[in-house]
Amino acid sequence: MRELRVQPIKNGTVIDHIPSGMALKVLKILGISGNVASTVTVAMHVASAKMKWKDIVKVEDRELNPREVDKICLIAPSATVNVIRNYNVAEKRRVSLPERAVGILKCGNPNCITNQKEPVETVFLVSSKTPLLLRCRYCDRMLEDVAAAIV
Amino acid sequence: MSSFEGLDVISISDFSKEDVMRVLKTAKGMVPMATGRKPDRSLEGKIMSALFFEPSTRTRLSFESAMKRLGGGVLGFAQPEGTSIMKGETLADTVRMVDAYSDVVVIRHPHEGAARLAADFASKPVINAGDGAGQHPTQTLLDLYTIWEGLGKLDGVNIALVGDLKYGRTVHSLTTALSMFRTNLSFVAPPSLQMPRELIDQVKEKGLPLKMTHDIRDVINDVDVLYVTRIQKERFPDPQEYAKVAGTYRIDIPLLRDVKKNLMIMHPLPRVDEIAAEVDETPYARYFQQALNGVSVRMALLSLILGGTK
Repeated sequence: MRELRVQPIKNGTVIDHIPSGMALKVLKILGISGNVASTVTVAMHVASAKMKWKDIVKVEDRELNPREVDKICLIAPSATVNVIRNYNVAEKRRVSLPERAVGILKCGNPNCITNQKEPVETVFLVSSKTPLLLRCRYCDRMLEDVAAAIV
Repeated sequence: MSSFEGLDVISISDFSKEDVMRVLKTAKGMVPMATGRKPDRSLEGKIMSALFFEPSTRTRLSFESAMKRLGGGVLGFAQPEGTSIMKGETLADTVRMVDAYSDVVVIRHPHEGAARLAADFASKPVINAGDGAGQHPTQTLLDLYTIWEGLGKLDGVNIALVGDLKYGRTVHSLTTALSMFRTNLSFVAPPSLQMPRELIDQVKEKGLPLKMTHDIRDVINDVDVLYVTRIQKERFPDPQEYAKVAGTYRIDIPLLRDVKKNLMIMHPLPRVDEIAAEVDETPYARYFQQALNGVSVRMALLSLILGGTK
């Protein structure tokens, strides 16, 4: 009998079809470090019919809020987010890139007004989806490293 | 933007070619009032706030002159010292306050994006008078006005931008604006100070002819406009290297021997030594006229935005 490498979960979220190598960045986005209350399973470099290789992250007892899903989309636009309730897929969502990313990225320009003590959220406008190019609505600069800029 | 009334002026990219022409034509009509030959009270009772968080001579004074020539009033500060900003007030709060005191807010700020932020918090129109290394749209409009007024056109004009093209904000905005017209551009700069890739791509995407060189002599005899900017010493780690580079971009009489008869030499000012004083006396020198044009162009914008010109 084949042993399942990753067990099904009762309640929580399965983030599937993450581009291979990006699972740890997804964990970072979700704020998952060493200190967790429920099981988190990470599978990296898993064979995939669709993508050849992919990563999977399963987080038990937690459903993601829209802002977290938007953040994941920035580094893993191919990902699917499945909400699991009582072992069943209650919701299956493909992440989709919004027109603008609000409050989830920090501008890389230290002289940008959003990096001063002003009561504003950052706004980045998507100027190209592939490759992903984001422009700060305030200082007009292109964001160089999207993954590193996620807050 | 079909009507300007109530609009913010943050970046030259917010303008279409038609918008630019509307401002330039309105500015031409403002000349008699801008020079004090004809009185105008069309903005009487209106107040302009001028928030200058960093020093500026030409921009601030020409905005004030523009508003007063139209019969309006001006309040504000020329530097943040002595204001509540020094006590740690946010820009957002300062803007909310002056928004209640005036009809239009003009802002110059050391941080990029400050004008956009101000516009988010103000209900009145905001005009960007320069934000850090970012945008300075009224400078761009007065540059375009100077060229258009001097040559009678913008399409088909041969223009060389010379000097520090990497860090100079005026040349970036000007490149964006000139790309709207069918101009022939040349970028003349030492390789380490050439125009950023993004702007080069912008010109190429429009299918406009573009020449890039480090030697001003490659283009000087073919251009209609020479737009000179200062090369700043602090951009060079080695002072000797700076002296070598700066010297080759100095405009003097011998360099102008074979130029076109109607060549216009422009400069956003202040200049240091990139244009020799002897050039001031030639018909090519347009940089002082360019600075004067700031008043009519800013009058045009204020008038269009505040409804003085319909």
